[in-house]
Amino acid sequence: MAKKVQSTLTNMLVVLTCISVVAALALALVSNVTAEPIAQAQKAKTEAAIKAVLPTFDQLEEVTIDGNTYTKAVDAQGNMVGMAIEAKSPKGFGGDLVAMVGFNAEGKVSGYQILQTAETPGLGAKAGEWFQEGNKGNVIGMDPSTPLSVKKDGGQVDAISGSTITSRAFCEIINNAYQIYLKGGNE
Amino acid sequence: MKTSDIIKNGLIKENPTWVLVLGMCPTLATTTSAINGMCMGLATTFVLMMSNTVISLLKSVIPDKVRIPSFIVVIATFVTIVQLVMQGFLPDLYETLGLFIPLIVVNCIVLGRAEAFASKNNVGNSFLDGLFMGLGFTWALTLIGFFRELLGGGAVFGHSIIGGNDGMLLFILAPGGFLVLGYLMALVRKFQKNS
Repeated sequence: MAKKVQSTLTNMLVVLTCISVVAALALALVSNVTAEPIAQAQKAKTEAAIKAVLPTFDQLEEVTIDGNTYTKAVDAQGNMVGMAIEAKSPKGFGGDLVAMVGFNAEGKVSGYQILQTAETPGLGAKAGEWFQEGNKGNVIGMDPSTPLSVKKDGGQVDAISGSTITSRAFCEIINNAYQIYLKGGNE
Repeated sequence: MKTSDIIKNGLIKENPTWVLVLGMCPTLATTTSAINGMCMGLATTFVLMMSNTVISLLKSVIPDKVRIPSFIVVIATFVTIVQLVMQGFLPDLYETLGLFIPLIVVNCIVLGRAEAFASKNNVGNSFLDGLFMGLGFTWALTLIGFFRELLGGGAVFGHSIIGGNDGMLLFILAPGGFLVLGYLMALVRKFQKNS
């Protein structure tokens, strides 16, 4: 076996620096190569979510409200038929909960899709299906002009059993999104 | 060291999960389903192979006193590569595992094998050790995930077999993870003793 390099200060400095530089170069290269696919994957995901939550539309327009960009759906005559809004709540059980929420022209919830979740698997993680149409906690078609809240808090939404905190966070997301919708819907 | 010994050590005799009991954090966190456990195992296998190889190559130029920071830099580099590649090309998988990928850096198995094996053995053996330690980790995680998914969600590799039923939620949560791990470990150790 080759003789080991001694642990002198110079040796340590040189070796650690070299290793770090090589590592940094390798990472820069990989980051360069993957930046494009990562951006595309995220864009595809957001676009799919936008399409999934909106009522039928002919065209999408971008609107800027309070410095953030949201998506407005318009029909062939240019009338607004709905809006897709990405909103989040920091009150999820496992951290931030982010969802794309769609509203129709009357301001009723037309759909939602969870974009980011750190909820408990088997409990809060069910939020993706639980509040969809036809399921127990259905929020589709609800009008958040009276803010949504779970039944335990005197509201109208059936919470996921065992996951009241997640359900509360979810209601908050819808309410937050509705506030943004109100600002954008008046244009 | 004989190749057959390296294979046996990684898969059974010194299995990272059942015998060395290293890297329990990702083990418990990612085994909520068989497929998650398997993917985590495979990602770790890749990192182990690469870091073992590189560390074995560099072992004679790394001064002893800075070996741990050097190992960590090498390991962290490969983990970040895995993370970026997965994020770009396998976004669905990244969604489920994303949180745990950075944790591979601090997975004791990776550093443990670098310190205990790669820094003392030649490149070929170190590569093999990484591969089979990783596969040992993978089969352990897959097995734990299989039972947790079966008991907790009534599903096998994502396919529901009891339909509509929620299963025993406990097994998806952390306490169930410990239970499954404990029972499986006892069973595996019993078979090991007999053979």
